[in-house]
Amino acid sequence: MAKLTISGVGRIFPGVQGGPPTTALDPTDLSVEDNDFITILGPSGCGKSTLLRIIAGLDQPTSGFVELDGNRVSRPGADRGMVFQSYTLFPWLSVKQNICFGLREKGVPAKEQDDIAAHFMEQVGLTAFANHFPRMLSGGMQQRTALARALANDPKILLLDEPFGALDHQTRSLMQELLLSIWEKHRKTVLFVTHDIEESIFMANRVLVMTARPGRIKADVPVSIPHPRDYKIKTSPAFAELKEQLTEDIRVETLRAAEMAA
Amino acid sequence: MGQNSSFEPLKPVAPRTRAVLGVGFFVLFIAVWAAATLGGFIKPLFLADPVKTFAAGYRLFTEYGFLSDIGITVYRVMGGFVLAMIVGLPLGIAMGAFKPIEAFFGPFVSFARYLPASAFIPLLILWAGVGEAQKLLVIFIGSVFQIVLMVAVIIGETRRDLMEAALTLGASRRGVVTRVLLPNASPQIAETLRLVLGWAWTYVIVAELVGADSGIGHMIMDSQRFLDTGQMIFGIFIIGVIGLITDFAFRAINVWLFPWYAGR
Repeated sequence: MAKLTISGVGRIFPGVQGGPPTTALDPTDLSVEDNDFITILGPSGCGKSTLLRIIAGLDQPTSGFVELDGNRVSRPGADRGMVFQSYTLFPWLSVKQNICFGLREKGVPAKEQDDIAAHFMEQVGLTAFANHFPRMLSGGMQQRTALARALANDPKILLLDEPFGALDHQTRSLMQELLLSIWEKHRKTVLFVTHDIEESIFMANRVLVMTARPGRIKADVPVSIPHPRDYKIKTSPAFAELKEQLTEDIRVETLRAAEMAA
Repeated sequence: MGQNSSFEPLKPVAPRTRAVLGVGFFVLFIAVWAAATLGGFIKPLFLADPVKTFAAGYRLFTEYGFLSDIGITVYRVMGGFVLAMIVGLPLGIAMGAFKPIEAFFGPFVSFARYLPASAFIPLLILWAGVGEAQKLLVIFIGSVFQIVLMVAVIIGETRRDLMEAALTLGASRRGVVTRVLLPNASPQIAETLRLVLGWAWTYVIVAELVGADSGIGHMIMDSQRFLDTGQMIFGIFIIGVIGLITDFAFRAINVWLFPWYAGR
């Protein structure tokens, strides 16, 4: 049975000031298997973030439903960890306290919290910054902490909404490798939203291409490049072939989006 | 010569320079005051010179027990202000966090905020006499609605993405309020309290100008009868000094309580 089932999930936003309602997401079906790493690729404004927010329980679908391990999703919960594009560390908590936020909410004993935090700080290379406040950290370090914070909660599925979107190109590549290496170790189920084609291929075993608004899944492309992967595969022929195909797919949609905006 | 590098927009100054500049204006202020009065440009009846003022101040402390006046005024301000905090903080937080509560109280608080506390003094004397209760009530009325409204706005402006991050980490409704809304708003709430306390000082003096037999305001009123501008100015000066001290104390406490806060 699928880990996550999305059945006919659509989202229509009401019209602004008497205008017509906007369909952000056409009714969408998707089934995610345990340990899948799926990237959702689409032009901006295609409803991919809306889909992720509905899975997280932060937004309600106008139609359809989401099931995680057979249970309907109705509100946010610790079983669905999320990393946002914006920096969402709690500024009044240190790196370590941020990572322990969910654990404390669950009432995990202090000693155990320490061990879990130490483990994940080591994984994302922030052990030396345990007592730093977020404002003292670079963007990349903040997103690493946010990732550790989500992982420390041991969610059933990890939802990532363009988490590296605000980072520079080099930092972004390093973050992709870090996330991939963590996934190769822990085998979490991951849904990763992005508009970066390379990023979508590099980490995923399935790339979903979405159409311009209203969002709809246009293609479901398996990525069969074996793990462990490193940055060198980005120049391999298999990678280039996928990239060419996805570039074509996405280009059509971006042009459509631009036409709609004009 | 190039541009003076000290005058880059928003560029901070060294602590030492800052202190020197801050004291410098006080010195300049007193110098201008001294020149205007001692130089004979202003009649002593309207404005006492610095020497007379500080001499009057010395006498106030040594002969007239001014310290107890200061004590009673500080007690009134703090008493009324603490009462306003006890009522205003929880209500403001509840209004900021929960929109139905805001819808219920909001319009009334906005209305009540514009009622001038000083206009209540005659009524309050009727209700509570001229004792301490009346003084505390003036401060309370003057402060509580401001606190409620400003705290509600601060809590309501919490970044949605921080709240959403907490929710996806499994935070309960209670957890969102106590572990996100409150800590996030604390530095700004402290800053608001600092501002409102300043206003409370203006209310206490008004309350003491009318129907009081002690306090700094009462002393100023008494001095007017004897046309002792030295004492009057010294009284006003002391209020300023107390304000300055509370401001510094508030700031030091904020820096100590909220080391993570960058927005100051």
